[in-house]
Amino acid sequence: MDYGTFRGIVTVGMLILFIGIYAWAYSSRRKKSFDEAANLVFADEQPKQTNKDQEKSTHE
Amino acid sequence: MSHTSPSHADYNYTVIRQFAIATVILGIVGMAVGVFIAAQLYWPSLNFDTPWLTFSRLRPLHTNAVIFGFGTSALFATSYYVVQRTCQVRLFSDKLAAFTFYGWMAIIASAVITLPLGFTSSKEYAELEWPIDIAIAIVWVAYAINFFGTLMKRKTSHIYVANWFYGGFILVVAILHIVNSAAVPVSWLKSYSAYAGATDAMVQWWYGHNAVGFLLTAGFLGMMYYFVPKQAERPVYSYRLSIVHFWALVALYIWAGSHHLHYTALPDWTQTVGMVMSVILFAPSWGGMINGIMTLSGAWHKLRTDPILRFLIVSLSFYGMSTFEGPMMSIKTVNALSHYTDWTVGHVHSGALGWVAMVSVGALYHMIPRLYGNTRMYSKSLINTHFWLATIGTVLYIVAMWISGVMQGLMWSAVNADGTLTYSFVESVEASMPFYLMRTIGGAFFLFGMFIMLYNVIKTITAPKGSLIEEEA
Repeated sequence: MDYGTFRGIVTVGMLILFIGIYAWAYSSRRKKSFDEAANLVFADEQPKQTNKDQEKSTHE
Repeated sequence: MSHTSPSHADYNYTVIRQFAIATVILGIVGMAVGVFIAAQLYWPSLNFDTPWLTFSRLRPLHTNAVIFGFGTSALFATSYYVVQRTCQVRLFSDKLAAFTFYGWMAIIASAVITLPLGFTSSKEYAELEWPIDIAIAIVWVAYAINFFGTLMKRKTSHIYVANWFYGGFILVVAILHIVNSAAVPVSWLKSYSAYAGATDAMVQWWYGHNAVGFLLTAGFLGMMYYFVPKQAERPVYSYRLSIVHFWALVALYIWAGSHHLHYTALPDWTQTVGMVMSVILFAPSWGGMINGIMTLSGAWHKLRTDPILRFLIVSLSFYGMSTFEGPMMSIKTVNALSHYTDWTVGHVHSGALGWVAMVSVGALYHMIPRLYGNTRMYSKSLINTHFWLATIGTVLYIVAMWISGVMQGLMWSAVNADGTLTYSFVESVEASMPFYLMRTIGGAFFLFGMFIMLYNVIKTITAPKGSLIEEEA
């Protein structure tokens, strides 16, 4: 295989890979787990009631 | 969920506090050197005829201090913070974390000593000599083990997108640094690059541009994907877009470096590849910017009252501006005008001050009180003052460099009817002088804002735990 053909195959391969990434990212099956992931930013907060108790036990 | 997430005492905040305070202090050091060398361009006698105060030695000190001192400390601090909180586990190793802090500070200290003494490999943004390069590689590997080790022991099923960007940044910077720093030592503080001629130039700018792409972009995008949603109190605009953003950005950035070598001995096709890839890079850059800014959709009113959010959103605007400017400048015909002029310096600072510094400052204002058992900074109005100083300073700086740069490009390429140059070089230097003064003033504004931040930070970390709590809106 000459270099030009090789480069063509790599280019088409990358195109298919990226279409695959788009299809995967935008498929409706992924929506629920992405919503969960997006909310991970807020999962690290303590519930309001226990805030005070935990602050008491917080030590460094 | 609450019973599974650990209390704050389970996180390693010590290393984050160390790096967060180092960020503020090294920011002031690096920017002060920057303002000083900017002043030297206007008042050349400011080098006092002292070799270690000359522009040529202090300029690499400035870039190393702001990129590796200020910027990288901000990345260490925020990545350790974000990875622990989004994975809901303590860092993989406290000992490695302490090693990365003391190791990194030792590297910065050795840069502060060797660069003014004139020890340099002469590679831009990779000036440090080989023993320090080896130390950087060792600390970086420890950082990688600690970061990815934390990801591996996470309690959540997902790896939040910010960690993808941080992980990509850590991995690629390791590769770039090791490849570009390959050198043959001739003595303890002198070495020669392992590559020769045009190959050396290409390796250098493959490194150089990806230092921009992965250290100064991907790392700070990781910061953006955590702190913008957190401060806006709503999840990122589109998680799907963030995934496409990540893969498109990392796949494209790595090819763009050769645009630094337009019209040089580098093969023409290599220059064209760099140009084309740089132009395509516009798409993922703006995709990410839009994703960040649109996170605020439906909550724009928060910008009126929250100066931290203003820092974060304005940083994204500067990011959008400089990632439009960058692809444009990489087009060969535009580059023929802009290359080697102050326009490049302005472009870099619209990214460095407007994007990197402002997103870091916003993230630190969010994070620092939380590291010390509080939820807000000592003074909100001082954050606001800092915001305006930073914004006005950045705009003064980049406008001065735009005018100066375009003028230089036009003057250098102007020819008379008989083909001789219209202007001598020194005439273009003379014409740039007012803009050098304007740039110095802009930089001083930005630096002054950092001093205000330092005061606010000191008041915040010395305040009693629980005394600075945000009241509910």
